[in-house]
Amino acid sequence: MAIDIGQFVQTFFEESLEGLDIMEAGLLALPPGAVDMEQINTIFRAVHSIKGGSGTFGFQDLTAFAHVMETLLDRMRQGQMDVTSEAVNTLLESVDCLREMLVAARAGAAVDNDRVEHLRERLHLLLNQVNVAVSEHTASPSPVSPTTTPPTGWRINFQPHSDLMHNGNDPVRLFRELSTLGELTVRCDPRQLPHLAKLKPEDCYLSWELELQGTVSHEELVEVFAWVEDDCDLRIEALAKEPTASNPVVARTPGEEGQQGELLLERRKSEDRRQSDRRGPAPADTASIRVGIDKVDAVINLVGELVTTQSMLSVLGVDFDMSRLDKLHEALDQLDRNTRDLQEHVMRIRMMPVSSVFSRFPRMVHDISGKLGKQVELRINGEQTELDKTVIEKIGDPLVHLVRNSLDHGLEPPAERLEQGKPETGAIMLNAYHKSGSIFIEVGDDGRGLNRDALLRKGLDAGLLKPGEDYSDEQIHDLIFHPGLSTAAQISDVSGRGVGMDVVRRNIQDLGGSIQIGSQRGQGTQITICLPLTLAILDGQLVSIGQDCYIIPLLSIVESVQLRAGSVNRVAGRGEVLRFRGQHLPILRLYQMFGAEGAVTDLEKGLLVVVEADGRQVGLFVDDLQGQQQVSIKSMEKNFRRVPGVSGATILGDGRVGLILDISGLIRVNNAVT
Amino acid sequence: MMETKNTELATTLGTRSLKRDILAEGLQYLTFNLAGEEYGIDILKVQEIRGWMPVTKVPNAPVFVRGVMNLRGAIVPVIDLRLRFGLEAVEYTKITVVIVVTVQSDSGSRIIGMVVDGVSDVLNVNATDIKPSPDFGTAVHTEFISGLVTIEAGMVMLLDVDRLLSIDEMFALEAVRTTESRGVAMLAA
Repeated sequence: MAIDIGQFVQTFFEESLEGLDIMEAGLLALPPGAVDMEQINTIFRAVHSIKGGSGTFGFQDLTAFAHVMETLLDRMRQGQMDVTSEAVNTLLESVDCLREMLVAARAGAAVDNDRVEHLRERLHLLLNQVNVAVSEHTASPSPVSPTTTPPTGWRINFQPHSDLMHNGNDPVRLFRELSTLGELTVRCDPRQLPHLAKLKPEDCYLSWELELQGTVSHEELVEVFAWVEDDCDLRIEALAKEPTASNPVVARTPGEEGQQGELLLERRKSEDRRQSDRRGPAPADTASIRVGIDKVDAVINLVGELVTTQSMLSVLGVDFDMSRLDKLHEALDQLDRNTRDLQEHVMRIRMMPVSSVFSRFPRMVHDISGKLGKQVELRINGEQTELDKTVIEKIGDPLVHLVRNSLDHGLEPPAERLEQGKPETGAIMLNAYHKSGSIFIEVGDDGRGLNRDALLRKGLDAGLLKPGEDYSDEQIHDLIFHPGLSTAAQISDVSGRGVGMDVVRRNIQDLGGSIQIGSQRGQGTQITICLPLTLAILDGQLVSIGQDCYIIPLLSIVESVQLRAGSVNRVAGRGEVLRFRGQHLPILRLYQMFGAEGAVTDLEKGLLVVVEADGRQVGLFVDDLQGQQQVSIKSMEKNFRRVPGVSGATILGDGRVGLILDISGLIRVNNAVT
Repeated sequence: MMETKNTELATTLGTRSLKRDILAEGLQYLTFNLAGEEYGIDILKVQEIRGWMPVTKVPNAPVFVRGVMNLRGAIVPVIDLRLRFGLEAVEYTKITVVIVVTVQSDSGSRIIGMVVDGVSDVLNVNATDIKPSPDFGTAVHTEFISGLVTIEAGMVMLLDVDRLLSIDEMFALEAVRTTESRGVAMLAA
């Protein structure tokens, strides 16, 4: 059974990282003191799979480390050890460590060995405490269990379950590994073999009696069988006649644990399409996506329908006459419907539940609230809301920043909360939902809210607001997105790390979304992010400039105006500006920027499209407006390169290529020039 | 409508399926005409040949980038090979064609269209018949020429399209050119 296991390594990494996420979630849900068998089992299974997998793929460090964790968890599972918060925290750190090791192994990089050693020692320490308490119980082997001098040989009774090989395990591989430890005698017991007619070639009917000569420790033996211990009955006895004599260990499949294969499958279902690794570098790793089989089936069905329609049309086309015009129309309608359905379903393949982003927050809130000495309850809603994979990947960091802000500045310390008659435990709400073709993500807290007066003062100081004028709450709250405006009145020393709110807003806008903030003094703050369902399609306004047709994203258009004579001023060194609704609007003559020929150059004969990006407005001068249309965004970079001022291209109705304008890019170009 | 139909009659070469080893060491080149000279490109690089049709201009691109076209949904840049070689531009005619080629670059393969005066032939060449390109003073930079083949009618220059149509190189070249001309202008002033 020579299989190139190399191709599975990637899967192993992905699944292991997922396993770690599960462990993390499980550990966080584990209440100290109480024994929640279900949770502990889940965590145990995850670490067990990682240990087994890493053994198979030859990551010895990983196996060893996971083994210690596993042993500790096993103790908890068997009730020999209490679930203390110390143990949980150590395990959480170990999860992080294991994750780093995995990422390093994947990248082929080195790990911080000191840290690994340090953590391992702490785990051992925890284990030792138990060992003292539970003196001489060694139901499962542990590296620190008092090992006597290794006997000179072992007798191993190895009875695989019939489905051992279903899980990719090969007894011969085990024997080969054993034979590296010492002199191995293998006796096969074929008594279970059924009649040839009844024999299933994929099942294992044999069992073995093995004798291994040599000074091998018990652990080493168990190590070899680590990956199969759930799939077999294993009995290991010492051969030597030493005082410690026989040391029978029976590793059986506990009923609730199930088989390895099932377990993976089960997890795959529940964790469906969860993106595995956003944390570390993954060289030479093409991004992959896990798609529910139902989605793929839907697409296949639709393709089937499309093929039917196509054959219908081609039959019609063979000898067409006008009497069959109705049929043609019908078929074309059907084609139209098929295409639209197919488009929609293919888009859906890229959609992932937002839970893959939200899942990191319980841990983060746990850690940070501990550090800040605040009590926080995290409420998550709408985790199953789906959005585009690209959006999911890019929304993570902004959300982390927002949640951290809420934790740090939003929520008050317990004492202050009590003073204000609020419950001691603060709440942070994460919510995601669909509404009218967009996705909304809300990050809220019930903390102190934004300090309007402080913001107003800051705005006035920075010259962003004019004294004496009335400002709405929105206008004032909007100031926190302004770059360089430090709202020091409420920023503590913990923050300031990572990105600022202006970066958050820019990230969201890059995704074609918008961000709004609502706040009530003393009641809390709520930030609402609105995102488009997909990045692949955009609502565009077609504009003509000379012979060419460009597309302006509809979202960025404020309005379009016809210019009157004399309304435009030339500002020395700053180009042309229009006095427009109380502000000076720079005018960008697109035909100049793009070198278009035959365009309207007289400002009064064309149109000015007022667009907004990054909180700034400019007027784009174009010849005329054409229709509005949904366009699918095509990459310019794939075959060409990035073009300044252009975010992508699309195919217009007449088959020509239309360029999509990058508004914030244009504004930046304009700023650079002026 | 008629016009688009004509151009849609693009000849997709069936030769891609033709394996090299059938011809035992023989290589096939698609030859085309450009300003009176014959050039050849590896036929396995050629994806299809299309009639010229108007393209969408790309702002701030070098002059030899005519624009981008829609190739069954993909956005494909179109390079005028005359301008790329610094030759004089001509009006496009009925026989002006766009050879769509697949080139390899650092960032993967790209599809690029190149405008030539006309397609000539498919040339079977023995690897041994390809001579290294001498350093001669044509308009073409010898770095793009991978070899020379002599045929009855004259000589064919075999082009290395990967180099020739490297987008990064083209832009780098353009940058040098503009700064040079700027420098000249400043000197003149």
